[in-house]
Amino acid sequence: MGNVFHIVVCGSIVPDPLQTLTPQVGPTGPVLQNEMMLPAVLDPWAGHALYEAANLAKNNPGSQVWLVALGPKAKLQQVMMAVSQKAPFQLVVADGSASGFTDAFETARVLAATIDGIAGLDKSKLLLFGGWQSASRGSGAVMQMVGERLGVTEQFQGVDKITVGADGSIEVMERVEGGAYLKSVVDGAPAVMGWATGELPEPPNNPQIGMQNMQKNMPALMQAKPADLSGASLRFETVQVPQQRRQTRVVKDAPLEEMAREIVEWLKA
Amino acid sequence: MSTILYLAHTECDGGLSKVALETLTAAKSLAEGLGAELAVGLFGADVAAAADSVAGCGAKFYAVTDALLNDAVYASDLAAAEALAKAVGPDMVVAPATSRLSRALPGLAVRLDGRVDTHLSGLEAKDGKPAARRWFYRQRMEGALTRDERPWIVTLDSGCAAAFAGAGSADVQAVAADFSGVRTRSLGVECVSEDEQTIRPDANVLLVAGAGWTKKQADGGVHVDVAEQLILGFLGATKASLGSSKSLVDISGEGGSVISFLTHMHQVGQTGASPRHPKGLSTCCHGEEPHVVGWRFIGERRAINTDAGCGWAQGKCDVLYVADAFALMTKVNELLG
Ligand SMILES: Cc1cc2nc3c(=O)[nH]c(=O)nc-3n(C[C@H](O)[C@H](O)[C@H](O)COP(=O)(O)OP(=O)(O)OC[C@H]3O[C@@H](n4cnc5c(N)ncnc54)[C@H](O)[C@@H]3O)c2cc1C
Repeated sequence: MGNVFHIVVCGSIVPDPLQTLTPQVGPTGPVLQNEMMLPAVLDPWAGHALYEAANLAKNNPGSQVWLVALGPKAKLQQVMMAVSQKAPFQLVVADGSASGFTDAFETARVLAATIDGIAGLDKSKLLLFGGWQSASRGSGAVMQMVGERLGVTEQFQGVDKITVGADGSIEVMERVEGGAYLKSVVDGAPAVMGWATGELPEPPNNPQIGMQNMQKNMPALMQAKPADLSGASLRFETVQVPQQRRQTRVVKDAPLEEMAREIVEWLKA
Repeated sequence: MSTILYLAHTECDGGLSKVALETLTAAKSLAEGLGAELAVGLFGADVAAAADSVAGCGAKFYAVTDALLNDAVYASDLAAAEALAKAVGPDMVVAPATSRLSRALPGLAVRLDGRVDTHLSGLEAKDGKPAARRWFYRQRMEGALTRDERPWIVTLDSGCAAAFAGAGSADVQAVAADFSGVRTRSLGVECVSEDEQTIRPDANVLLVAGAGWTKKQADGGVHVDVAEQLILGFLGATKASLGSSKSLVDISGEGGSVISFLTHMHQVGQTGASPRHPKGLSTCCHGEEPHVVGWRFIGERRAINTDAGCGWAQGKCDVLYVADAFALMTKVNELLG
């Protein structure tokens, strides 16, 4: 018999990276100006995790993929219209803030409880996927805590490649310092994988998959329960965008030799 | 009296990394600022040399040693960290954000029912309390934060403090950890050879290559082979670290005209790395915002682009050379000898 995996991908939305972000003081802490109006995208590294999950499920018949998202459901719905066209998955939603300023521990608590509530999930087959860092909080801490809460203590971060053996063991390549890879093997599920870029390009849009996904996923959005993220004492004194504008000197129409000499002098200084 | 546990692991040479030494300085000055006791917890196959190298910090030393800890594995690293934390019972755990501790320490927050904040850019005592700084939204804004939950586990990125120096002879108390449930086995680190290594975190200069190197040039041709030679020539002469734009690594991944030695690990920016170097030179890269946010920790910045109106001209670098990078880098390499 082949390997069957129950793959749960944790991923939410972040502001489109081309947007200018301005922090401001909100009622319970920092928020982004016009946060609900900013165009949003699927968090990029979580997106890679989703594409890897879909591919793994395709290659291991009988496997299933869930996408578990903690985010404001109205915005999630917009983003899911696009994401749904990429790969088949079952959406599970906790309706709450996807802000980078919420406590990682609280986010993990809500995600773990949401995953615990998935009917038909077999934790012995569980591969818990997500991005190795979000583009919002960027803590690289949530997946580990979700795993620990679910009792999954074999974990990997910065994953670019996994290879499943016939015996169900999984060889994993994780990014480490200096552009090197750490190679390990875990004897099988359950395990946590925080993905970096992975190996797969973004799948092309498939309207048929999109239709099927949205049909089964709209109820998940409608039924999403409000998430309580209020348990932390995390307090922000300030959040500031640094003054980053430099006085750029533009060197134009100068002889190449002169520019080259200037660059080399600067490099050697 | 409260206790701060500084936690670190040995490197393959048995010593401590630069970021680990910097973090020790930060942990020591935090302990002094709070009037707290400092404890040092080390783990590795053999920690004697590492402990002696920082014995002068005046802390009490604890260690978990086991041949298993030669290699980075989440479950065994966390078991060691948990044993050390339980032996010390700290209010705060302060650790360097190495890949190894970045992977393992968030799990400690659940095991100890504490809280964790990672990749700090600053940590200090303020009004008798610990206060932290870190970046949000991929280095676009920095927040100053604090919290009441304990233990508070934090990891610090490089650049927070000067490296600690103060060797001596450390008296290390052994702590036992339970590795019985570990199901992962390390197969080692796949390193590129020193000659082929192009990502050098400690280099003085970052050279960024953009997609322009693979685009049609003024003569109507594409000259990726020349681009490769120019980039490698520069790296060879300067021992600079190599970074890339997303567009260029994406081309490399999709079978276009490729720069053969680039991977996604070279990518700098919003969905790439934010390396730390005193100087950065951008070539054939447009300087769009999702790329430039990855330059947050680059000190002096210069760029070469044929387009005087590129993103770099908008206050994102100190000097923009409006020139053909093929011609200019040829001259630069000649002068570098
Ligand atoms: C979700 C998302 C995340 C992203 N994340 C990242 C990220 O992490 N990192 C990143 O880099 N980008 C990222 N981007 C992409 C980013 O917006 C740009 O598209 C990308 O940085 C452009 O790369 P480039 O400047 O190399 O290529 P181009 O935009 O193609 O620019 C090439 C440049 O080369 C110059 N050029 C050509 N020939 C020469 C020559 N002979 N001499 C000198 N100059 C020459 C041209 O004038 C031009 O400015 C992201 C985008 C999105 C939507």
